[in-house]
Amino acid sequence: MAEAALLNVVDLEAWYGESHILHGVSFNVRKGEVVTLIGRNGAGKTTTLRSLVGMVGKRTGSSVFKGVELLSIAPYKVARLGMGYVPEERGIFSKLNVIENLMFPPAWQSGGMEIDEIYSLFPNLESRDNTIGTRLSGGEQQMLAIARILRTGADFILLDEPTEGIAPVIIDEIGAALRVLKDRGMTIILVEQNLRFAASIADRHFVLDQGKVVDEISNNALDANMDRLNRYLGV
Amino acid sequence: MADIFGVPTSVLLGQLLLGLINGSFYALLSLGLAIIFGMLNVINFSHGAFYMLGGFTAWFMLSTLGFGYWTTLIAAPVAVGIVGAVVERLLLRRLYQMDHLYSLLLTFGIALMLEGLFRHIFGAAGKPYPVPSGLTGGINLGFMFLPVYRAWVIVVSLVICVLTWLAIERTKLGAYLRAATENPALVQAFGINVPLMLTLTYAFCVGLAGFAGALAAPLYQVSPGMGSSLIIVVFAVVVIGGMGSIGGAIFTALALGVIEGLTKTFYPAASSIAVFIVMVLVILIRPSGLFSREA
Repeated sequence: MAEAALLNVVDLEAWYGESHILHGVSFNVRKGEVVTLIGRNGAGKTTTLRSLVGMVGKRTGSSVFKGVELLSIAPYKVARLGMGYVPEERGIFSKLNVIENLMFPPAWQSGGMEIDEIYSLFPNLESRDNTIGTRLSGGEQQMLAIARILRTGADFILLDEPTEGIAPVIIDEIGAALRVLKDRGMTIILVEQNLRFAASIADRHFVLDQGKVVDEISNNALDANMDRLNRYLGV
Repeated sequence: MADIFGVPTSVLLGQLLLGLINGSFYALLSLGLAIIFGMLNVINFSHGAFYMLGGFTAWFMLSTLGFGYWTTLIAAPVAVGIVGAVVERLLLRRLYQMDHLYSLLLTFGIALMLEGLFRHIFGAAGKPYPVPSGLTGGINLGFMFLPVYRAWVIVVSLVICVLTWLAIERTKLGAYLRAATENPALVQAFGINVPLMLTLTYAFCVGLAGFAGALAAPLYQVSPGMGSSLIIVVFAVVVIGGMGSIGGAIFTALALGVIEGLTKTFYPAASSIAVFIVMVLVILIRPSGLFSREA
């Protein structure tokens, strides 16, 4: 590998209570890259992201981010290293309005986006300040969930199915925003079922199956490997 | 002097005043209970015991250590808050993942042990606690005599309740707390030290109970049972106001104090159950409480 990985996950296993979900996930992400985790429902994509930010029960193995072993620090310290998490359920707080949601996560690193930049990226959010966050449409909530991470100065973003259940017009907007972020040098892990969307932005794809990474396909080789991929995804 | 429904105005106002004072203590206590329930999901049965601990700590600081009233009023709640922080860190924290009943049993057990301990050491009788020299005497309002200390209790309780409410509804820290009640894991994923926040929340709320105890000492004497007689009513207040609703808890506390006072005037026999009758009615009509957001 030419460049040292920003995130290096080796043999990560994770449990929710008694259920053993991840059985040894290994992958790496280099600086400035967009990688996707793809796979069937229940393959462990979401759990992989949640394991990185300390939102699962027990974890073993290793995930080293910027030289720090994430498994051995308190969960709240992960964000302070510049890792921003956008959960699948979006996690907009119903007790806070839009601007409170947007301003919610503390900025741990410099270089975060200003509010004006965020509004130019997601014009839908502008002038919605006093709306309760959860009253926004699904797509707008997704934008809000991404936007609030951009404020924090995070340079490594975990995006869990940002296109799920969202109107195609909004998906295009989110895609455009992600490309802007990539151009700005952000590193992104994208969990995605929508392969077309994933292919439009990613550099590499990791295929998960039954709690393991079973394959790695570079985006250039995606078309050539379509049959293989469809077999994994069971379509 | 004029009568209202056959009751002399001065008697009525006197009872209203008593009601407001009781209401102030209900407010300080139910506020803490509501916050603890809202943020930690714990039904804190030891709240009354911490109130008693506040009274005793104040008494001990005043009579044995020779602190002044004002120092005591600050130091006693801080001491109680520290005890609360230790309880949260060592015991309560282990139960967050489990059913409500476990933390309820734990806090109930702590209450019994604290009360038993103080009864064993100090006996059941009350300890006298002088009204501070700056707050003795009273003001003749014409229609009634208002003791200065009672006026002080009402004012300071209200100020603290309003400040606490503002801190939770209008500050960044309050936003963290409100969000943490909704999704603590995500708040943590944003880099906020949620475990520390929970410890401080518990310590602060328990400290409020200690403050109420220290404030009550000159009015009601300090005795091991002072908390347990109050806490049942305070729970009723929280249920009526809506579990976890902070503004609701404050308003309900004062309103119920007044209702209690009025019942004492017009039908004394019912005064000790007035609060519970209100509770039954509220539960029948609006089971989640008057101010809960879910209903």
